[in-house]
Amino acid sequence: MSPTKEQQLWMYENMVVSRRFEESIEKIYMEGKSPAFNMANGPIPGEMHLSNGQEPVAVGVCAHLTKDDIVTATHRPHHQAIAKGVDLKKMAAEIFGKVTGLSGGRGGHMHIFDSNVNFACSGIIAQGCGPACGAALSRKMQNKPGVAVAFLGEGAVNQGAFHEAMNLAAVWKLPVVFVVEDNAWGISVSKADSTAVPRNDVRAAAYGMPGHFIENNDPYAIFEIAGQAIERARAGEGPTLIEIETFRLAGHFMGDAEGYRPEGEKDALFEKDPIPSMRERLLADGVSDAAGLDKIEADALARVEEAIQFARDSEYAPDEDALTSVFAA
Amino acid sequence: MLDTKSNERRLTVARAMAESIAQEMRVDDRVFVMGEDIGDLGGVFGNTRGLVEEFGKDRIRDTPISETAFISAAVGAAMDGMRPVVELMFVDFFGVCFDAIYNLMAKNIYFSGGQSSVPMVLMTSTGGGYSDAGQHSQCLYGSFAHLPGMKVVSPSNAYDAKGLMTAAMRDDSPVIYMYHKGLQGMGWLGTEPGANVNTPESDYTVEIGKAKVLREGTDVTLVGLAMGVHNALKAADNLAEQGVSAEVIDLVSLVPLDRETVINSVAKTGRLIVVDEDYNSYGVSGEIITTVCEHDISKLKAAPKRVTYPDVPIPFARNMEQFCLPNADKIVAAYKDM
Ligand SMILES: Cc1ncc(C[n+]2csc(CCOP(=O)(O)OP(=O)(O)O)c2C)c(N)n1
Repeated sequence: MSPTKEQQLWMYENMVVSRRFEESIEKIYMEGKSPAFNMANGPIPGEMHLSNGQEPVAVGVCAHLTKDDIVTATHRPHHQAIAKGVDLKKMAAEIFGKVTGLSGGRGGHMHIFDSNVNFACSGIIAQGCGPACGAALSRKMQNKPGVAVAFLGEGAVNQGAFHEAMNLAAVWKLPVVFVVEDNAWGISVSKADSTAVPRNDVRAAAYGMPGHFIENNDPYAIFEIAGQAIERARAGEGPTLIEIETFRLAGHFMGDAEGYRPEGEKDALFEKDPIPSMRERLLADGVSDAAGLDKIEADALARVEEAIQFARDSEYAPDEDALTSVFAA
Repeated sequence: MLDTKSNERRLTVARAMAESIAQEMRVDDRVFVMGEDIGDLGGVFGNTRGLVEEFGKDRIRDTPISETAFISAAVGAAMDGMRPVVELMFVDFFGVCFDAIYNLMAKNIYFSGGQSSVPMVLMTSTGGGYSDAGQHSQCLYGSFAHLPGMKVVSPSNAYDAKGLMTAAMRDDSPVIYMYHKGLQGMGWLGTEPGANVNTPESDYTVEIGKAKVLREGTDVTLVGLAMGVHNALKAADNLAEQGVSAEVIDLVSLVPLDRETVINSVAKTGRLIVVDEDYNSYGVSGEIITTVCEHDISKLKAAPKRVTYPDVPIPFARNMEQFCLPNADKIVAAYKDM
C-alpha cells in the first residue's frame, strides 16, 4: 500500500504545518520567560511538550483516518491533532488559554479536545488506551463504522493500562490500532533502562495480535503499515500494535536542559530530520517540483500564522468561567 | 520557624529533602530510592539531586513508568526488611496506582495484626498556580488523609522538610510525604522565598503529628499547611496593619492531626479560618472546622470560614486558575466577613 501523489503531498503539508506550528509556539512560549525562566509566566504558561521530529507518525497514521474515526492522544499531542484535522485556530487559542479555544481555556496544551473530529487527550501516561477501546466497542455495538487509534510513547508501554487495553481489544476483536511513538526517551530515562525488550512490537504476541516495528521515522513505511492495520480493523479482524522509531528533536518539555542525553545524539537526529528528507524524496520521485513544494510550505506557514494571530487577538474567558462546564449542559 | 537571620544556612525544600535522604542512606543500608527521573535528572522537582552520584544506581533506581509495580514493590521490600523511599512524581498520578497505596501500603500492618511493619515513604508533589492544568496541579490532601493506615505530612519550609523526611524514613509505618511544587525552590516553577529557611547541617527529626504555631495572635486563628501557611502569614501581616492580631498555625501533619493545638488557639481567639488549596468539600477544611465545633462550639464568636479551592477541576488559563486559588486577599476578606 503506497500513498498516492495527493496523499504524499497531504502528508508533507501536514508535517510542515505541524513543524511551523511548534516553532511558533516555541518562540512565543519563551516570551516573558527571560532572563529568569519561570514556567508560570508569558503568554503561554505551564508545561510545553513539543513534537518536533515526530510528524511522520502522525501523518502516516492519520492519512488513513476520516473525521469520524477516533484518536486518543498524549501529553505531546500537537502533531497528532493537526494530522487528525483538529481546528488549528481553536487549538492555538486553547494553548494560549483563550475563550475562543477548543475548551475555552480550561484544558490547555495537554488537554486538546475537538469532538468535531473525535480527538481527545490525556496527560496521564497510557490513559488513552482504554478510551480508544471503548470508542471502538461503541462503534461495534452501534453498528457504525470507525476505527480508534491510541497514540502513546514508548515509555507508556510499561504502564498497566496499556496491557489491560491490549488484551481487551484483542479478546473482543475491537477495531483499535495502538501506535507507539518510540522517541527513545521517557523524560530522562532511556528505553534501554526502562524496558525489558528492545522492541515493543514483540509484546503483540502476548495478546494474539499482529505487531510491527518501523525503523527510522519513515513516513512512507508508516503509511503502509498503518494502512494495513487500519484496513484490518475496518474489516472487523481486530487490533494491531505498531511501534515506530521516531525522533525527539526537542527537550522532554520546554526548559529541559537535556543533560542526560549523550553528546551528539541530537545532532545526529537533526541530520535525519524527516521534513527535508521527505522533500528530497518528493522531488526525486517527481511528485512535485520545487515551486510546488515551496508553495505548500508558504501556505503552511500562512495557516500557522493566521492561527497564532487568532489566538493572540482573542480574549481570555471571564474568571468565573472556571466554575462552569463541570457537568453536562 | 520562618524568621531566619542572614548568616544562617538557608536551604531550599528540594535541597533539604535530598540532604535528609543522603544522610539517612549513609547510616542505614536499608534505605533506597525508587521513582521516575530520580537518578541522573535528580528528580523533576530537584529533591533527589546528587543522590545517584553518591550512592549509585543500585540504591537510586530510576523506574519504568509503572507506578503500580514500583510502589507495590516498595511495600513488599518494606515488609521484607528494607526502608524504601518512593516517588510519585505528581500526586495527580495516584489514579494509576492507588491500590498499591491504600489497599496494600496502608493496610498490611493492620491485616497482619501488627506482625508486619511497612517502613516506607511515598513522596509526591502537590499544588498548582503555574498553569499546569487539571491533571498536574491538584493537592488531594483530603483524599489521602481520609484513608486510615498511612501518616500524611506536608512541610511548608526547608527546616520542616528535612526533619520530616528523616522522621518519615525512621518511622515503621508508611508515610505520605506531600511537597508543594511552589515551595521547592525551583525557579522554573516560580517559588515562595519564605520556604527557604535556616536548616541545620546535622540530622534531626521534626515530630510527625505536631502542629506549629508560627505566629501568635489574639483575634483570629488562621490554619493552613504547605502553601496555605505562606498565604496565611501574608494575610496576618496585612491584618496586623489594620490592627487585627492573627495567630497562624502550620498543621505540618494531617495524619496524625494535632487537634489540640488548633482547639487551644481557637479557645483564645474565638475565630477560625482554614486555608486549604485542596478542593473545598469533604477535606481538610471541613475536618478542622468540625474538630473545633465538636470540642466546644461555644468558644466560637463567629461562624468559621474556609478559603479553599472550589469544587471544580483546575483550569489551564492563568486568570481562571488564579481566580480559584486561595490567596492572602481572600483570607483578609474572609475575616472581614466574619
Ligand atoms: C501515570 C503517569 N506517570 C508519570 C507521568 C509523568 N510523565 C509525563 S511524560 C513522561 C514520559 C513519557 O514518556 P513516553 O511515553 O515515552 O512519551 P514521550 O514523552 O517520550 O513522548 C512521564 C513519566 C504521567 N504523566 N503519568
